Amino acid sequence: MILQVEDVTKTFGGLVALSDVTFQVEEGEILGIIGPNGAGKTTLFNAISGVFKIDKGKVIFKGKEITKLPPNQRAQLGIARTHQIVKPLDDLSVVENVMVGACFGKGNAGLASARRKAGEVLEFVGLEGKGDVLAGKLNVPEKKRLEMARALASDPDLLLLDEVLAGLNPAEISNMLEVVKAIRNKGITILMIEHLMHAIMNVSDRVMALVYGRKISEGTPKEVANDPQVVEAYLGDPELAIGLLKDKRGRG
Amino acid sequence: MERGKTLFWLIPFLVFIVALPPVTGSVTLREGIFLILMYVTLASSLNVIMGYTGYVSFGHIVFYGIGGYISFYLMLRDGMHLIPAMILGGIGAALAAFALGEAVLRLRGAFFAIATIGVNEAVKALVNNLNFIGGAEGLFFNFSVYKAYGGAARAIWFSYYTMAAVTLITVVASYLIKMSKFGLGLRAIREDEDAAIILGVNAKRYKSLAYAASAFFPGMAGAVFFFKAGNIEPHDAFHLIKSIEMIFMVMLGGYGNVAGAFTGALVYERLKGFLLVNPLFKNLHMAISGVVLLLIVLFMPQGIIGFIREKSKKLRGVLE
Amino acid sequence: MLATWLGAVLNGTLLGLLYGLAAIGLNLIWGVMNVINLSHGAFIALGMFAAYFMVHSFHLSPFIGVFAVLVMGVFLGMATYFVSLHRIISAPELSTLLATYSVSLVIIGLGTFIFTTNPRAIDVRMGALSIGGTVLPMTRVLTGLFSVGFILWLYYFLYRTWSGKAIRAVSMNRDAAELMGINTTITLALAFGIGVALAMTAGVLAATIFPFTILSGGGYELKSFVICVLGGLGSPLGAMIGGLILGLIENLITLQIPTSYVPFLEFAILVFILVVRPTGLLARR
Ligand SMILES: Nc1ncnc2c1ncn2[C@@H]1O[C@H](COP(=O)(O)OP(=O)(O)O)[C@@H](O)[C@H]1O
Ligand SMILES: [Mg+2]
Repeated sequence: MILQVEDVTKTFGGLVALSDVTFQVEEGEILGIIGPNGAGKTTLFNAISGVFKIDKGKVIFKGKEITKLPPNQRAQLGIARTHQIVKPLDDLSVVENVMVGACFGKGNAGLASARRKAGEVLEFVGLEGKGDVLAGKLNVPEKKRLEMARALASDPDLLLLDEVLAGLNPAEISNMLEVVKAIRNKGITILMIEHLMHAIMNVSDRVMALVYGRKISEGTPKEVANDPQVVEAYLGDPELAIGLLKDKRGRG
Repeated sequence: MERGKTLFWLIPFLVFIVALPPVTGSVTLREGIFLILMYVTLASSLNVIMGYTGYVSFGHIVFYGIGGYISFYLMLRDGMHLIPAMILGGIGAALAAFALGEAVLRLRGAFFAIATIGVNEAVKALVNNLNFIGGAEGLFFNFSVYKAYGGAARAIWFSYYTMAAVTLITVVASYLIKMSKFGLGLRAIREDEDAAIILGVNAKRYKSLAYAASAFFPGMAGAVFFFKAGNIEPHDAFHLIKSIEMIFMVMLGGYGNVAGAFTGALVYERLKGFLLVNPLFKNLHMAISGVVLLLIVLFMPQGIIGFIREKSKKLRGVLE
Repeated sequence: MLATWLGAVLNGTLLGLLYGLAAIGLNLIWGVMNVINLSHGAFIALGMFAAYFMVHSFHLSPFIGVFAVLVMGVFLGMATYFVSLHRIISAPELSTLLATYSVSLVIIGLGTFIFTTNPRAIDVRMGALSIGGTVLPMTRVLTGLFSVGFILWLYYFLYRTWSGKAIRAVSMNRDAAELMGINTTITLALAFGIGVALAMTAGVLAATIFPFTILSGGGYELKSFVICVLGGLGSPLGAMIGGLILGLIENLITLQIPTSYVPFLEFAILVFILVVRPTGLLARR
């Protein structure tokens, strides 16, 4: 077990963004996280990566409790993430962006080896040739790849991907999914938030559904997709509900 | 990417400038270049916290004053030689910055800027009241202090070369910091501190260290300047306008850029010198500086070197 | 003894009201536009010189002329906004800090050129008021009353007029205000204009009490920072209270410790509050 999340609760003022969320992640698996907008998925990532203090509960990574560690220390232990709203370091070149990941993450590389690593990773995510461009000049799909590259360059054990497919066209999506699978094949554990049902059902080993800050379902993609509670939760969100139903038909 | 070329022209250029007064024997030239050197030191140091890290230290002159006072006091009371006194002044300034940084570097943006102004004004007001370092009157050398250097005239040449050495060290250090892993971390903090922390940068520690580094060199510059002046008083040592001049120089040359801080200081000193001697502009130099600063902020925020870097890919490697 | 204290409290209150007025323009601009106006002090100094010319060239009482200065200040401030800030209003703070600072350089530079830095004073003799043994010059009393008046006017403007409401809307959320059909450019310019106008009125009033030079605004500007962090941003009432605290501190503390320690205390308070409570001591958040 690489990650244990126990009874994690987080409130913002009166709003309960996460409520007693408990789950575990096995080493090497891809755990998909679904849920309507505002369900608390990003907040969960923030709790795991340490962006803010949680109100209650524990986060245990590789057997070590990290609940109180600041984000930079968690990064060095091997947790890396991407952001739903991309955060490129605009005035640094693409290579330098990735080098930051390599230098300060778990890999703790020196500048020279970070540069080499950055070259490899950029090729891996399909950004070769963009190395000297300023990160701020990239388009959105490229920025998403950059987020991914930066996280990967740190040699993480656990990778948190927050809606890396959102806003991409079908070709880019299948491209990105290949990248995700390739990352898993390297032995990196992945937690992946995604709205696109067919995509997440396709790559995940297991799926977990969050609604209003609560975990309402967990299991194989098929189990979760057929869970009446999940279907009900998505009825408020017709587009997603249709996606879910289509997906079930496709599989069934 | 080819690196390291910036210093190949910057250092010889600096040495060339330094050599002009002794070669020509011109005292006027020496005074001008002494000021240029000091400005280069101040701008290059400020660049570390402001340009690389993105924290605009508006009251940065406080470290120049602290270094100046520490060394002046040591030289006056204990008859310490300029060099060790200067190093202690630098260390004192750096320690002050490190301690202060723990508190004020938690603030971001304008709040940090205002806090640093507050710090400078508070220290100035405090020194005004401390009688053991002369209060509002300040401290004065009696001429015997210069005897150890072979008289006042030689002491001034000595301070000139010392300033040159400090400048050289500052420029090289600011370059090495920028090109190091530490510098990469600082620049990541400048672009997006939260993202940098998530990527593993220990922002708190890095910021404090950067602040200390950017205080160390002004501390030494202050030591040399007030040694040469022969007196130090709070109003001169903690003059907020000088702080803003430093920011101006960094902006003029190009934010976050070693060659930029250098160029900015050089151009600024020449510009100021020109305005001050020209009878037409003499009394208007402040207003003209204001107009120039405004034009830069509005139309060329990347500064002279930043502008050239944008226009010419070829020159980018030699203008880090 | 008691009389000394009473005197200090009365003087401190009147001075504090003036400080509050001096800070309010800075506070408004900071709160609404997220711009720290480093030309604030220069505009205060301009107000002082406006008072000087009122008295010496037009033989007009500053307490009447101050209304004309208020109106002119709005236009001057709006012009300054369009020249120096409009282009960079969304840029990082450094740009607006430096832009407003360069405005200050221009004003003070021209002011020094025209007026030199010799101290000046205006002589408005209006008698005095005696309360419990404390003699208060009428100018001080009027200054305090006018300060309160201008702050009440600002409240009325911000909460009762359409333009004022637009300013508050823009300060809460610029994008949303734009969507609601508010012309944010004009609104921001107006906010800056009013901030500048209030700074200038404070200058006019201050000139009736203290001698001044073109550089005198600087001290008020620094005090205004202290007041803004004491009272919190974007709240005129907070600025007033912050001003009162500062005025009282200055007058009461000096009964106990030497006056020369007052600036140190003020700036130490500034830094301390910023570090402990950056939203301001009295802010609700
Ligand atoms: N920093 C924050 N401050 C206040 N509320 C927040 C913050 N972050 C998230 N929230 C709120 O918490 C809830 C969950 O948000 P989030 O985790 O982003 O949802 P999701 O990623 O599932 O769409 C939302 O209602 C959101 O508005
Ligand atoms: Mg989200």
